[in-house]
Amino acid sequence: MKSLSEIDTVSKRASRAAGFDWGVAEEIGKNIRMLEMLGMPGIKNLNYYYRIRDKKNFEKLSLISEENKTSKLEFCPITAGVSFLDQVRSLENLNEIKFQNIAFPILFLPFVSRASEVVGKKIYLKIDNRDFLLNYGSSIYSNSLNNGITALGNDITIKFLDNVDSFEEKEWKELYKLSENTFVEENDSLKQSGAGAGLTDND
Amino acid sequence: MKIDLRSPNIVMKLSKLGSFHQSKLSFLRSFLREFKDWEYKRDLFELNEFGYGTAVYSFKKNNRVYSLICFANQLKEEERSDRVIATKWDAAFTLHDGIPTKRDIERLKNEVPKQEVGRLSYKELTLSRANKSVRVFNHVVKNLSEGKQPDVSLLSSVGYLYRTTAVYGSGKFGLADRFRIKNREEIYGPFRLEMMLVYLVRQFTFDQVNHVAKNINPKKAVNLDPEICRNLGIGNSTGLGMAPFIVNHPTLLNNWVLARETILKEIREIKEVKKEDSDFFQKCLKRSIKNITSWITESEYQQKKIKSLLNDLNNFINFLEKDFNFSNEFPFNEIYKWTEKNSGDECIEYIVSMMMEPYDQIVDPLISKMSSEEEKYFNIPANRTVSELREILENKYKEIIKIDFSKSENNQNFWFISKNKEEPRLADRFDEKGSELEQPLAIARDIKKLYEALSTSKNSSTIDKFLLKNNHLRHVVRRAFIVEKFPYSEIQDNTIGKSIVPIDMLRLKLSFFGALKFDPRSDKWLRICMFQGAPLPQQLKSYDDSWVYNSLN
Repeated sequence: MKSLSEIDTVSKRASRAAGFDWGVAEEIGKNIRMLEMLGMPGIKNLNYYYRIRDKKNFEKLSLISEENKTSKLEFCPITAGVSFLDQVRSLENLNEIKFQNIAFPILFLPFVSRASEVVGKKIYLKIDNRDFLLNYGSSIYSNSLNNGITALGNDITIKFLDNVDSFEEKEWKELYKLSENTFVEENDSLKQSGAGAGLTDND
Repeated sequence: MKIDLRSPNIVMKLSKLGSFHQSKLSFLRSFLREFKDWEYKRDLFELNEFGYGTAVYSFKKNNRVYSLICFANQLKEEERSDRVIATKWDAAFTLHDGIPTKRDIERLKNEVPKQEVGRLSYKELTLSRANKSVRVFNHVVKNLSEGKQPDVSLLSSVGYLYRTTAVYGSGKFGLADRFRIKNREEIYGPFRLEMMLVYLVRQFTFDQVNHVAKNINPKKAVNLDPEICRNLGIGNSTGLGMAPFIVNHPTLLNNWVLARETILKEIREIKEVKKEDSDFFQKCLKRSIKNITSWITESEYQQKKIKSLLNDLNNFINFLEKDFNFSNEFPFNEIYKWTEKNSGDECIEYIVSMMMEPYDQIVDPLISKMSSEEEKYFNIPANRTVSELREILENKYKEIIKIDFSKSENNQNFWFISKNKEEPRLADRFDEKGSELEQPLAIARDIKKLYEALSTSKNSSTIDKFLLKNNHLRHVVRRAFIVEKFPYSEIQDNTIGKSIVPIDMLRLKLSFFGALKFDPRSDKWLRICMFQGAPLPQQLKSYDDSWVYNSLN
């Protein structure tokens, strides 16, 4: 089994050899490490992407907007990912961000996951029929356990989720009430002594 | 009185970092302090009459066990080399997490002796190999087998029976990643498990030499005197592989140096020094002189440094005895100021290390802060502005941005990774091929490029926009934002200049390890000695923490 440290180092060096700047290669190393740690096919997708990158051109998406469509070529997942990560603070107020045709979208995913940590919001990412919930860069919840290669994401949607409760107020109250059963009812004596109150409260 | 931390512009110069010495903070000393209460055991010792075979040593506490597995193999004379081109060694070692099963040992027997081309598992924590100092080893075997102790002066001149040529950890060759074990309290200090490996290897070398001697002459042979053992350490040959480490781990470097600087500041702020503490400082200082007078090297560069260190120390001791009164206020501050005025860097940093000796209460809390969660600081705050980043460079890289990189001498060298060993190397850009594959270790040059690019960018522009056109500088943009938070995270020198002395970078790291007797063999590799004078495992429970000054050598 390869260690995560080896995965990081080899992905970084391979990315540099594939033509990315060192700083970008560092980002890719960390991303592939994250994917593999979470059981997602990072090495596999990166390897296939670099295999065809020599033969095929990809469009570099630098400035991210609400709608990101390619003219002819597929988007490079790395350039799109770096741009998204760097620009996320100016993007977080958009309701929804759409992309068409991102090559090897699994390589785009960890950038979005890290962006979730940067803005402190969960991000919902949809790649065609696969849903991903990205939780502040620390975990990824998905309805897809595809361990293979995804060469193209046709329709990709990103939504920043507001930091709201995932439950009804009624449900919270019900649980809170149950938690109160761990409290002690205070009589007059306990009120005086339990909190260490002084003779006057308004000094 | 409030004393400021020393400026990174002074401390982080390579000539200064290359003058650091071991101290109470050093990892091998903090390792011994942490593991002194652990149960030490030799679990297996199956060597043949020539000393070849397998041995296992362990440290145990509660349910935690760390086991060193040793494989000693026969090596032909012509196969023995400390250089990285070697493919075989006298002995190979791994530190296993837990008690190894027979199956583990069989698996490791096939992999560990192969070192870099073998595969380890997440159950192994560190990996190393070592070669005998044949001259010393054979001398000791011969004498012990004849019922005599060896010539101590010969042993003193070398200092060890074996020297390691690499110690690997943190995920290399399939070893466990640090994240798997980082929450274990006993390894909060950096490189603890590497230190454990070296310490147990030292014991293996004593057991092996005794075993071989006994087999030659079972009736007459004696064991190596424990006092002689205590005065032997483990040698280590270290090359450039270590140098990029300190560039690639900026927050870790900061935490090491910051701990040292914080301790110095706090000691200088002590208004009244207790007599027992000043006595202890002076006692350690005087006893430590033996470590310098027995420091043997053929390197003229190091000989000059040792000579000036001894000279400065003699002057300092003279000053202490004749002109100094510890009952004055803030005496250690006065001492520090005196050394700055009257001594070279070797001596200043030596005395800084010595000042720590009486102060467990200041040193100990900082040891656990010397590790780093580097991932936390990896993301670039791309919403910051160009003017903010430029200000960081102007404040934190004052000297660096003055360097003229159009001059060839400032751009002379490049760092690369060798294909055959996957190890870092340094070469002349104008004489050698390969500079197009340069590693991102020319930080000073790239910071200067970043500064120039920022100077032509709009002040209010944000970094995400700056990076759209300047992603080739992304690696140094990241560093600059790290330096903003971690003042000692960057070497304040040009690491590709003509005058670079790469062993200064090695010396910095090795001093934090606790190495003694730096012996440069060229400007790119050196030999050192570790654990010389350290208590033997059986002596750990009641040992003297200032053992490093108790060496007979």
